[in-house]
Amino acid sequence: MARNAEVTRNIDTLTVVLYLGCVLMGWLNVYAAVYSPEEQTHLFDMSTNAGKQLLWIGTSVLLIICVLVIDHKFYDTFAFVFYLFMIGMLLLVMVFGSNINGSRSWFKFGGFSLQPAEFAKVATSLALAKYLDQPGINLTKQKDLLWVGGIIGLPALLIILSNETGSTLVFSSFVIMLYREGLPGWIPLTGITLAVLLILALIVPFKFLFAGIAVLCIVVILLLPRYNRNVRNMVGIGLIGVAMMVTATGVDFFVNKVLQPHQRNRIKVLIDPNVDPLGVGWNVTQAKIAIGSGRLDGKGFLEGTQTKFDFVPEQSTDFIFCTIGEEHGFIGSMVVIMLFMALLSRIVILAEKQRSKFARVYGYCVAGIIFFHVMVNIGMTIGLMPVIGIPLPFFSYGGSSLWSFTILLFIFLKLDSRRTNSLFS
Amino acid sequence: MLENRKFIIIGVFCLVGLLYAARLFYLQILDDSYALESSSNSIKRVIEVPYRGQIYDRSGKLMVYNTPVYDLYVTPKRVKIPDTLAFCRMMDITLPEFDSIMNLAKGYSAVKPSVFLRQLSKEDYARIQDALVDYRGFEPVMSSMRTYPAHTMANALGYVSEISKKRLETQETPYYRQGDYVGHNGLEEAYEVDLRGRRGIKYVMQNVRGVDKGSFKNGEFDTAAVAGKNLYTGIDIDVQRYADSLMLNKVGAVIALDPSTGEIITSVSAPTYDPNLLSSRFFSKNYRKLISNPYKPLINRPVMASYRPGSTFKLIQALIAQQQGSLFTSTYYSHAGSPMRCHCRGGNNLRGAVQNSCNPYFYQVFRKYIYHNGNPNTFKASALGLQEWHDHVIKFGIGEKLGVDLPSELRGNLPTVGFYDKAYRGEFRWKFSNIYSLSIGEGELLISPLKLANLAATIANRGWYITPHYVKGIGNMGEGIPEKYKEKHYTDIDPQYYLPVIEGMRMAVAAGTVKKDADINGIDLCGKTGTSQNAKFGHAHDHSIFIGFAPMNNPKIAIAVFVENAGWGGVAAASVAALVAERYLKRKTEATKLNDWLLKQNYMPPLSMLPQPRTSASTPKKPADTATKKVLPKDSLRRPKPMLTLARGNEKLRIKNEE
Repeated sequence: MARNAEVTRNIDTLTVVLYLGCVLMGWLNVYAAVYSPEEQTHLFDMSTNAGKQLLWIGTSVLLIICVLVIDHKFYDTFAFVFYLFMIGMLLLVMVFGSNINGSRSWFKFGGFSLQPAEFAKVATSLALAKYLDQPGINLTKQKDLLWVGGIIGLPALLIILSNETGSTLVFSSFVIMLYREGLPGWIPLTGITLAVLLILALIVPFKFLFAGIAVLCIVVILLLPRYNRNVRNMVGIGLIGVAMMVTATGVDFFVNKVLQPHQRNRIKVLIDPNVDPLGVGWNVTQAKIAIGSGRLDGKGFLEGTQTKFDFVPEQSTDFIFCTIGEEHGFIGSMVVIMLFMALLSRIVILAEKQRSKFARVYGYCVAGIIFFHVMVNIGMTIGLMPVIGIPLPFFSYGGSSLWSFTILLFIFLKLDSRRTNSLFS
Repeated sequence: MLENRKFIIIGVFCLVGLLYAARLFYLQILDDSYALESSSNSIKRVIEVPYRGQIYDRSGKLMVYNTPVYDLYVTPKRVKIPDTLAFCRMMDITLPEFDSIMNLAKGYSAVKPSVFLRQLSKEDYARIQDALVDYRGFEPVMSSMRTYPAHTMANALGYVSEISKKRLETQETPYYRQGDYVGHNGLEEAYEVDLRGRRGIKYVMQNVRGVDKGSFKNGEFDTAAVAGKNLYTGIDIDVQRYADSLMLNKVGAVIALDPSTGEIITSVSAPTYDPNLLSSRFFSKNYRKLISNPYKPLINRPVMASYRPGSTFKLIQALIAQQQGSLFTSTYYSHAGSPMRCHCRGGNNLRGAVQNSCNPYFYQVFRKYIYHNGNPNTFKASALGLQEWHDHVIKFGIGEKLGVDLPSELRGNLPTVGFYDKAYRGEFRWKFSNIYSLSIGEGELLISPLKLANLAATIANRGWYITPHYVKGIGNMGEGIPEKYKEKHYTDIDPQYYLPVIEGMRMAVAAGTVKKDADINGIDLCGKTGTSQNAKFGHAHDHSIFIGFAPMNNPKIAIAVFVENAGWGGVAAASVAALVAERYLKRKTEATKLNDWLLKQNYMPPLSMLPQPRTSASTPKKPADTATKKVLPKDSLRRPKPMLTLARGNEKLRIKNEE
């Protein structure tokens, strides 16, 4: 008992409560998603996803205990070892993994499967924290940037090779942590601008896009302080505008001239589901119908029709938010979004309190990863993001996902507990 | 400095959160189109079609019922047919038919079932049931089909088939939908609302593949189907089928009423067809054949055919003239002074004139009637006289719709003053000498057999009639009969004036214009013959007409018979009427000699007399000349059925000129 008390001491209660709230709501919604009014399956039925999810939750508790029992120095010391181990696993899975839905990224053990890509996020976060923890690291220096890019790029490359585009994109979330640690602001800004341009080039006619860019340039020039409004700056802004137009033209040329028609369609449907209403667009349309039909207070627990009768695909994994939106309406959706906003803010606040750079960097990694998952996952169900198959943290059905997010979060809480500990020791 | 970037990062998080909240607010609160799409997505209205009411005869014998059949549904995506040709052969369809049905089904949905074949009989289904195991994607669904065990009265019953586009668009309250079954023509149409019952609606939830997932909100919004009401008719099936057999190889109509109630006992339209033909899945094929048949079996002759009444009209002349005071029982006219020829010896009083159907006598009666007003101007006198005549004749229900419970009744024609003014282009440009053929029921008069039967009933009742009707009960025998079928309509002729006419009618049968055998012992038939001119083809093809009632006192049956192209009214038509009346009154046929003679008669008009379609795909049948009368096997009396029974898909019309 004494040991237990020792283990949980100084663990941030608010984060744990938010975590438990997410996991329990996730479990009930997985049950609702797979519930069939005819069969009246039980919440604890081990043959359903809901029953299995309970098993994953139970094992997650064990994992939490393990994570908290291990000394905090362990994560610092063995960060690179974890990282190299995960790289090895990613290589192994490409050779020995089972093929599920066209991607060779799963290890199968009897009835359960594990996806190393999910755990690669944890290892990469630790490795980044360890690397940036070294004195004299400066993210404006090219050499350091290259190293950081390498640490992030290597697992990302291996994951994209096993055909898991969604998990690969998650690695872009480290840019949040890097920005906090001194990455020049123009790099994320350029990245975001490029992504926005890519989407706009596909849906907005050129004349409007060009006119929009021109107006934007003029507005920026007018907003410049008078003393900065010199020829050099104005030419620079103009050149950026021209570069944006060229990029947009390039994107358009690439999509319409270089790509095969079926590939072009796959890209276009990301933007406009009506291009292929019965194919890829089906998911988005049905997801929107499910959420939209929830209205203010939803249809009630287990009363959803869209999610229950298989109109929404993957409703217990990637499209779990549809069940929430349909059965609990706007109120339920807002609760989930606020839960995540609270969790993210809490993590960022805790991270800023860290005295060791290692813990702070790691905390920002955790916040970035969770934020990216939430943004993309909910965004795709409400039609604001293209359909990228990544789970909603703590909610979606699946052992690998729940385990990896649990480990990710609780390593941070363990590191955080040391901060207050050290005050008294 | 870098520490301040946490505000930007938290700001970005919150910005995305706010953006998503706004989007959710729009999707879930502002835009209600998703809620609608959701319900059309997963909640399906399932229509429960109730059983259509059955139809019974006057003694409760079943005339129309529903046979369970199978509609075969196909789910295109699941279809697996190893050998399409063999499959088509089994289903009795052609390859192009198969392709068009499948294309229609695919156009509707690849994953949801749509109709492949309708109304497979139990036998058909049993035949293909085992074989269906080899063909995936087909699923039988129980349905029902109208069945006519008595194989008779097709025209008066009407038929049930898919609703026509026109009717779908013109319905007053939107009840029917595409593909619904609805009664067409006859009683099926007239009593559609009672017979069809009320459709039930069930809301069921379906998953993305159209598989039922239980009722919506435990059936809170469901309405149960209400079965259609049974229809009881005044038809006597035994008499009806007997009359059918008598009218074999004849064109015409037999209509018999119960004069005291106006109920129609028998309603034969010859030639007819087996009503089962139009309830099978070969409906359109059979319908095409029937509609192109030159003998026009689809015309319901009792109410839709218009004939000149011929001499039967003399009865009305005698009645209204007596009422006017221009004719007395003892009034005597010879043949002298009439332009009309006659076959009787001449010199009759009223009774004798009815008995012998004396044309000159009724010429004089009508002349006196028209000029009775005494106007010195014969043109004006004729107009006044005809107006008076018209106002009295119309009381017998002639010249307007009687209001029988069939949708297809025709008005006929009772000429008015205006009618002749128009024909002669002006007022007072015509007089009695222009219209005297009305006196013996020729000229511009057009009357349906039903109206003549009603005339017989009026005389039988000595002055009143109840509008003829088929219905004898809706739901239960005697219940729900419309008030208009209980109301007595009086003619404005005093009852005593009927008596001499009835005496004359009795004499006409006993010793007058009627064939001798037709005065069947013990039924006391009263009647009047008519021979409606059909001079276009020579008098050999005059229409034979007889109206009458039996017995003379307290009559139980009033009857009108038309046999086209059969010559004298006293022969063919009177014989049919006598035999039908005997069967109804005695429940058996004792006049076997007359019966046997009549069955041998073939009055089918030669095809050369009939208008032909411009091009006929099949070679026309060899005309059955009236000279070569077909001899039927003797036992055909006992079983009219072989000629009437039609195996499905093997339609032999009742009209058969050669084996």
